[in-house]
Amino acid sequence: MVENIEYIFKVIENRALNAKTRVMRLQGDGTIFTAPGQFINIKVEGKFLRRPISVCDYSNDTVTILYDVVGDGTAEMSEWECGREVNILAPLGNGFDINTDSRRPLLLGGGIGIAPLYRLAKDLIAQGKEPCVILGFNSSREVCWADQFRAAGAETYIATVSGEEGTKGFVTDVPACKDPEKDYFYACGPMPMLRALCEGLEIPGEISLEARMACGFGVCMCCSLATKDGAKRICKDGPVFKKEELIWK
Amino acid sequence: MEMNLHKDLRVSLSGVELKNPVIPASGCFGYGYGMAEYYDINLLGSFSFKGTTREARFGNPLPRVAETPAGMINSVGLQNPGIDNVIAYELPKMRECYSGPVIANISGFSIDEYVECCAKIDREPQVEIIELNVSCPNVHGGGMSFGTGCDSVAEVVGEVKKVITKPLYVKLSPNVTDIASIAEAAVKSGADGISLINTLLGMRIDIKTRKPVIANVMGGFSGDAIFPVAVRMVYQVAKRCPGIPIMGGGGVSSARGVIEMMMAGATAVQVGAANLRDPYICKKIIENLPEEMEKLGISSLKDIIGIV
Ligand SMILES: Cc1cc2nc3c(=O)[nH]c(=O)nc-3n(C[C@H](O)[C@H](O)[C@H](O)COP(=O)(O)OP(=O)(O)OC[C@H]3O[C@@H](n4cnc5c(N)ncnc54)[C@H](O)[C@@H]3O)c2cc1C
Ligand SMILES: Cc1cc2nc3c(=O)[nH]c(=O)nc-3n(C[C@H](O)[C@H](O)[C@H](O)COP(=O)(O)O)c2cc1C
Ligand code: FES
Repeated sequence: MVENIEYIFKVIENRALNAKTRVMRLQGDGTIFTAPGQFINIKVEGKFLRRPISVCDYSNDTVTILYDVVGDGTAEMSEWECGREVNILAPLGNGFDINTDSRRPLLLGGGIGIAPLYRLAKDLIAQGKEPCVILGFNSSREVCWADQFRAAGAETYIATVSGEEGTKGFVTDVPACKDPEKDYFYACGPMPMLRALCEGLEIPGEISLEARMACGFGVCMCCSLATKDGAKRICKDGPVFKKEELIWK
Repeated sequence: MEMNLHKDLRVSLSGVELKNPVIPASGCFGYGYGMAEYYDINLLGSFSFKGTTREARFGNPLPRVAETPAGMINSVGLQNPGIDNVIAYELPKMRECYSGPVIANISGFSIDEYVECCAKIDREPQVEIIELNVSCPNVHGGGMSFGTGCDSVAEVVGEVKKVITKPLYVKLSPNVTDIASIAEAAVKSGADGISLINTLLGMRIDIKTRKPVIANVMGGFSGDAIFPVAVRMVYQVAKRCPGIPIMGGGGVSSARGVIEMMMAGATAVQVGAANLRDPYICKKIIENLPEEMEKLGISSLKDIIGIV
């Protein structure tokens, strides 16, 4: 089946959440997304490659993203005003598997990795599950979106490395992370965190990975990952992989 | 619109008729079926599939890509499932969504490997042209050395020609001082056509971490930025090897780019990295060609090949 993946969406909100992270809402067909954890690849004028950004949430006619301003491309995005048209490729990637037997999943986000967990939490709650969300940040200055997780009805904890807010340390230091009632985990964040979770948590789970990408839609092999099932493309076969598939070297 | 303009986009590569000159370049289109999820790829003139080697290859470590002004550097390292798997699993999937002529891009690390892979792929009915990648700059001790010397190009071409029946196009590396002499050596050894250019060897450094962006340090530079280099090299080869068909590419991302490349001497035009930024670029170029031809007073693309 042939499916279009190029869309023009319009900026309807673009504001700072803190000194680093921003939220952008785009108007466009949100019904194209089929799972939480998918991403979009955003064209930035003057940049050869697009910028892959996770979908934080979507409705019938909007999509929300959270992004950190880290380089030229995201700095350019931070300047976009309402009404601006944005060329995106979407929906990309597999997304999280919400059809597991889990009743009480842990959702663990590190830094900007919290973004795709938001829609995931909402979808799990809609299924009658009880997600427990743990958000990890470096400092209180970076904390964001926790109120939105709570408003969605998710039990939400915070960890900061600086100890200024919530539990001092990493997401794994939050007591709820070791609660034996938890039966599954979903995670997105920096590699060391994902590795610690996959190696430290006994329960099954899945993680969302990132890589420098060229196409983002599966044809260039710039994002290959060696898994127990052979080579996979992070952009197309992922970005979400089951814990059992991964090889940690 | 293209309906009533009555423009003739057809070209012919060594007897292989293409309905238009637009060919997605190797490595930027997989084995076709992945792209066929996004549009009907039967509108293409042809396409060149991912560089295929004898053995399966995982390729280089990540990161494999770096951005550059108006281009990108890749060091995929010829990731592919190996010739036997390509024939057994990839080509059947390709056939389900594409009925046009296919260009088989074959890479290798020894003459034996080139010969064995080419002999196998030559028997595949849908493969109408074999494109010998003697230029991939990614692999240590391999590809590069064949493509950068007249003698080594001549030798591999001569050996491959003995075992195949389909037209052989040699895809040249731009990382040489005299591309025309290398093209000439390939032609003298029996190459039916020339394909150029492959990527330029490039490098980026992350000045914050003081490390190369690409894990493999260097990689192949392509995209809009290399267009003038490609036009120049196509022109030089066309002048040196009159009558030899050329697939020209490097930095093409528009119908105007296709026309310019053809004026430089290309019979057909490859589009590579532009597909990665815009998966619909080849479709858009093909749809846009009649209008651009109209503006330039061109009725048949064949008329402008090598006109400069
Ligand atoms: C599947 C996926 C989902 C992502 N989701 C988010 C998200 O929700 N929010 C968010 O803020 N960021 C996300 N990222 C990271 C985001 O893509 C990069 O931060 C962004 O591309 C940086 O662009 P830049 O021009 O500002 O940085 P530069 O450093 O100037 O970019 C240079 C090049 O490197 C690439 N690059 C740089 N950092 C990264 C990175 N961490 N990952 C991948 N490519 C990178 C850029 O895309 C560009 O091609 C995601 C990445 C992937 C792969
Ligand atoms: C990601 C990527 C992978 C490539 N893989 C191959 C390959 O397997 N074999 C080959 O002959 N050329 C390969 N190339 C080179 C392209 O086919 C093309 O010759 C080159 O990129 C120049 O064209 P462009 O500027 O339009 O990209 C690759 C290029 C890119 C960007
Ligand atoms: S980035 Fe091209 S295959 Fe994943």
